[in-house]
Amino acid sequence: MSLSTKTAILDRIRRANGASGEDAARKASVAERLASRPRGIIPERGQLPPAERVALFVAMAEAAVATVALLPSIEGLPAEVARYLRERNLPATIRLGSDARLARADFTPTAIEVSRGPSDGEELNSLSHAEAGIAETGTLVLVSGQANPTSLNFLPENHIVVIDASTIEGSMEDAFAAIRRTWGEGMARTINTITGPSRSADIEQTLLLGAHGPKSLHIVVIDDL
Amino acid sequence: MQITSQNFRSNTVHALADKDLQRALGNVEKGFIGKRQTVVDKLPEFDALRDSAVAIKQHTLKHLDLYIEAYVEKVEASGGHVHFAEDAEHARRIFLEIARRRKAKTVTKGKTMISEEIGLNAFLEANGITPVETDLGEYIIQLRGEHPSHIIAPAIHTNRDQIETDFRRVHTHLDVGRDLTAPELLLAEARGVLRKRYAEADIGVTGANFLIAETGSSVIVTNEGNGDLTQLLGKCHVVFASIEKMVPTLNDAAQVLRVLARSATGQEATVYTTFSTGPKRPSDPDGPEEYHVVLLDNGRTNMLGTEFEDMLRCIRCGACMNHCPVYHAVGGHSYGWVYPGPMGAVLTPALIGVEDGKALPNASTFCGRCEEVCPMKIPLPKMMRHWREKEFEKHLQPKGARFGLGIWAFLARRPALYRLAASVAMPALKLLAGRKGRFSSLPLAGGWTEYRDLPAPEGRTFMQAYRQANGRPRVHAKPETSR
Repeated sequence: MSLSTKTAILDRIRRANGASGEDAARKASVAERLASRPRGIIPERGQLPPAERVALFVAMAEAAVATVALLPSIEGLPAEVARYLRERNLPATIRLGSDARLARADFTPTAIEVSRGPSDGEELNSLSHAEAGIAETGTLVLVSGQANPTSLNFLPENHIVVIDASTIEGSMEDAFAAIRRTWGEGMARTINTITGPSRSADIEQTLLLGAHGPKSLHIVVIDDL
Repeated sequence: MQITSQNFRSNTVHALADKDLQRALGNVEKGFIGKRQTVVDKLPEFDALRDSAVAIKQHTLKHLDLYIEAYVEKVEASGGHVHFAEDAEHARRIFLEIARRRKAKTVTKGKTMISEEIGLNAFLEANGITPVETDLGEYIIQLRGEHPSHIIAPAIHTNRDQIETDFRRVHTHLDVGRDLTAPELLLAEARGVLRKRYAEADIGVTGANFLIAETGSSVIVTNEGNGDLTQLLGKCHVVFASIEKMVPTLNDAAQVLRVLARSATGQEATVYTTFSTGPKRPSDPDGPEEYHVVLLDNGRTNMLGTEFEDMLRCIRCGACMNHCPVYHAVGGHSYGWVYPGPMGAVLTPALIGVEDGKALPNASTFCGRCEEVCPMKIPLPKMMRHWREKEFEKHLQPKGARFGLGIWAFLARRPALYRLAASVAMPALKLLAGRKGRFSSLPLAGGWTEYRDLPAPEGRTFMQAYRQANGRPRVHAKPETSR
């Protein structure tokens, strides 16, 4: 690292602000903010009791052109995946990571060919488990790792994401807090928030789905409330 | 890139005569304004969130040195590297060192305005490295050998027919008889071509919408998913970001994201927001082996503590240009550099110098819509006025304009003389205009009368009319035109 450039830039910032890097009050103000993470303005829209929060999540996700199915338990997932692929005339294949929650779904009774690991770009359909949801915007929050490789979120054309209803939070701030509770303070390498399928309006401002990421996003909400 | 901001006037003459461009510019008003208003109306807290976002940025700028230190510590703890760059040349040199060490031949890129600011693509090509833009709009203009004309819709100046022509010219490995008549066919072709490029890239380059001091993360916001793939599949991820992208915490980013998505594309939320922290971990099945951040100053510290500091709050949403009558008329390329529209009119002179950028802050009707819609409440018209003052102080205006302003200033400071002059000039102009009541040509005002008539004064000065009306107009003034 170019230490001299760093020093020069930081010195200019201090001079412009008429401040010192050693000023205890400034340091305390920064340390306090980093520790307390003030939440700012949280829109009322998502601050609802759990069942209504799920309903809002579903409505907002659908408004962002995702499709949503509700299941009483994860045991019904293989049949739901099979139905989804069949109705869309998609090949009966699915790629997923090592997520323990998804391992509870037994695909053997279905005709679906299951493969595991990250995507190399050849797979058409992928399955992930979200860590949290955001009702305010119908957004999924996915965390990288062996359980849910990030490439599965972007490379396949059709992405199916399972989410437990109990993990649907009101706001993004609530979702971050929930992830900190489960994952601790250290950030996973990648956190993706996903609101609907990929899209572009770069050609004459015409909205088209499936730009580089998935053309379709199907959300399966497991009712564990 | 070649800066042509100094030729703003002649650029606009070409832009106004360009029929394809004028057709394409119609999409700016059609595509952005209504959508933004719809989602803003759906969020009662929108204005409160704007205030919250402004407060976050103001606090961060006042403590930027400390947040940068905290950020660097976190990036390094996660196995990443931060490189400080004084200017464009320095940033390019840092990147070339990384690229040489990794023997890079191909670089994929998510949309980054900083890479445009430092002229990265031309530099890479000159050094035998192939840059591949992956954002659909950026890809289109890369094929055309152009630069972005809008900070979030870089190819907004192009139309479908032109894109088809470019795809046929460049994608020669595909069937010549293929159908490309619909936008979705063009998109599918670009998707197919670019798909192959992600994984073969030695380096994936992205910008950053935010840098987060709390976690050492860089954040990008995309609808296509291209930036996300770029940083995931490249063997090494290099982030280019300017210092003012810093926010303290994830919660702070969440506040600003709400106003960003709505102001930029009129969405409740952008499809993908990706938080990247360091290189891939031992347990990660995918992700880059190395993670670098090039943190660029390039003139920004010189804006801190000055009348232009507020500009450092800008989150590059593009709302100001989407609502700007001047941008609607002349498009982004007329501005002659990376940043067009009202934000460009303020930022460009700060970064390239008022000597070359002086025309831009003059390209404003001061209608104030940019400030009205700016999610960060940046007083853009006020800052354009500051630049005009600087232009005057530095004697950069033509002699005639200075002379005219000098006479006006002399009179304006002497009210009695001013009223006397006005009371002579107004009836004289009325007399000269005759029955028509308008001038179709007028010495010293040819720039105006070449295109439209100048209405003649009624004969009385404002002060005379005011006194006769006892301070109350008999007829309420009607605006000449309504929006």
